[in-house]
Amino acid sequence: MLTLLAILVDGFVYSSWLFIVAIGLTLIFGVMQILNVTHGSLYALGAYAAASLIGVYFRADYWPMGSFLVLLGAALLVGLVVGLILERGLLRFMYGRDEVIIVLVTYATFLILEDVILLAWGTDPYFAFEPYSLLGTTEMGALIFSNYDLALVGLAVVLGASVWWGLNRTQWGKVLQAVIIDREMAQCMGVNVTVVYTITFVIGAMLGALGGAVTAPQISVAPGIGVEVIVLAFAVVATGGMGSIPGAIVGALIVGISRAAAVHLLPEVELFVIYAVMTLVLVFRPEGLFTRGKARKI
Amino acid sequence: MGRKDQTNLRLTIALLVCGLAVFILPDWAIFMGTLALAKGVVVIGLLVLWRTGLVSFGQALYFGLGGYTVGLLGLRVGMSDAVLLTLLSFLLSAAVAMTLGLIISRYREIFFAMLTMAFSMILYGVLVKTEALGSTDGFNVLLPTYLGYAPEGEAQRVALYLWSLLVAYLASLGVHRYLRSALGNLTSAIRDNEIRVEYLGVSVQRAIYFKYVIAGALTGAGGAITAMAVGHVDPEMTYWTTSGEFVFVTILSGTGHVVAPFVGSIIFELVRTYAFEYAPYAWQLVLGSVLLLLIMFLPNGLWSLVTRMRKKG
Repeated sequence: MLTLLAILVDGFVYSSWLFIVAIGLTLIFGVMQILNVTHGSLYALGAYAAASLIGVYFRADYWPMGSFLVLLGAALLVGLVVGLILERGLLRFMYGRDEVIIVLVTYATFLILEDVILLAWGTDPYFAFEPYSLLGTTEMGALIFSNYDLALVGLAVVLGASVWWGLNRTQWGKVLQAVIIDREMAQCMGVNVTVVYTITFVIGAMLGALGGAVTAPQISVAPGIGVEVIVLAFAVVATGGMGSIPGAIVGALIVGISRAAAVHLLPEVELFVIYAVMTLVLVFRPEGLFTRGKARKI
Repeated sequence: MGRKDQTNLRLTIALLVCGLAVFILPDWAIFMGTLALAKGVVVIGLLVLWRTGLVSFGQALYFGLGGYTVGLLGLRVGMSDAVLLTLLSFLLSAAVAMTLGLIISRYREIFFAMLTMAFSMILYGVLVKTEALGSTDGFNVLLPTYLGYAPEGEAQRVALYLWSLLVAYLASLGVHRYLRSALGNLTSAIRDNEIRVEYLGVSVQRAIYFKYVIAGALTGAGGAITAMAVGHVDPEMTYWTTSGEFVFVTILSGTGHVVAPFVGSIIFELVRTYAFEYAPYAWQLVLGSVLLLLIMFLPNGLWSLVTRMRKKG
């Protein structure tokens, strides 16, 4: 019973984290058909920026709870700056080329940013544990959970809800859906697709950086954190169906809970289980759980 | 097709020249050459896939498989024969590729890349968590012998270099032959329009399956040679960044000719050696920038320079 509770709570916490990390990736893919490998670097940049700013903030002895705003601000800033540079400076010249080529372009920028991070922040790890300990813990039966982890579940719900609301209940969301369904037709109807692409990419980048920023207090921010995240986010997005928001939710839940179960029941398969689940889903549903297959073009 | 294909002859000449080069090359260059040749064998497999428009981001699966086959057979059975080990790695990788290929050959584009990556990450996950296989540290590989001949000291490196040269020669001959066959000629047709190829009466899925098996088997052989040259295997061999490196060399080389992968690999190894020496923290920065420049200005790789020169001449 205790193990079951632990699996469920850990699973939900981990799923929420996965969702926060993967939602930017799926948004960009859904709208722009770009599998953004640079997402991993945005995550890492967000984590580093948050960790440094939190360090400065606490040394200056401001209101401790304000540190959460610092986390958010760091993510938005990183996403805005890096997202704009990437989309305006590089990716827009690549539209129209093979999807696979664009993956390689984002892979190249990922490699470049990995070293930029290394040159800017060095090899020593950064710590920003203050916001984590600030929130205290909750006891559930004999188990103790950190409130910060539980708050991630709330953040995931808020993020998911606002993306859903933005897509389905605002005019801008309708325009976005039109672009997703038929880019050329949307353009004919007077939608400025260039602007839509830029905004989408920047939002996706902000979400990636936010994933890093909220993770920073949980871990030691060290070189190489982006490399692992990118494959995890891929696994989630591919399981759920690339470019689908409900897909990302379900993907994150499946992957998160199976990993939590593995950690508690059979720790040897922890890493293995994530990709095994993804492979299993893809074998039966090639396009992921939540996408319709596309028509073949002659 | 007026001109007679002289590739076989040229490949043989290249084999002899590179073989005789051991007398003048310094020790470090022979070691580097071995690594480059092994990587070239891997990339030649990727070339076959790339011509169909498919990118495998999971070749590290077979690379690691080859490496660990060599390591494990050495550790458990005491087998150290390079010829036999390379052949076994080749066959084992082919067998695994035949199984996974059944699933993978149904996918295209990004899904192909993702699924191949997922498979390689599964192997990575298993290796990292298995204490018996050395976990994250990996383990050492026996010094190779050659059909009973056990070289020592400097001859060790030369022997492995010559062996990798022979494997590379056979691989490029084989792949060249394949690409000139009827099925091989359909490779780029599949990239352009799958359905029309099907109308010609060819099963595209079976063609892709076959290519995937070729690529996997060659990668296994490349992994085996790399393990013997480095003398160590660890899970890093199966990580997705290793696959990324192979894809990088494929783009760098271009897919115009079976020799291109070897030229690309040698340049790659040279650049890596110097980048590590002069700018250890900017290695990936260099790699990424070169990749971007290639995609923008030389999308068909270095080999397109050769073709361009020929057209002018």
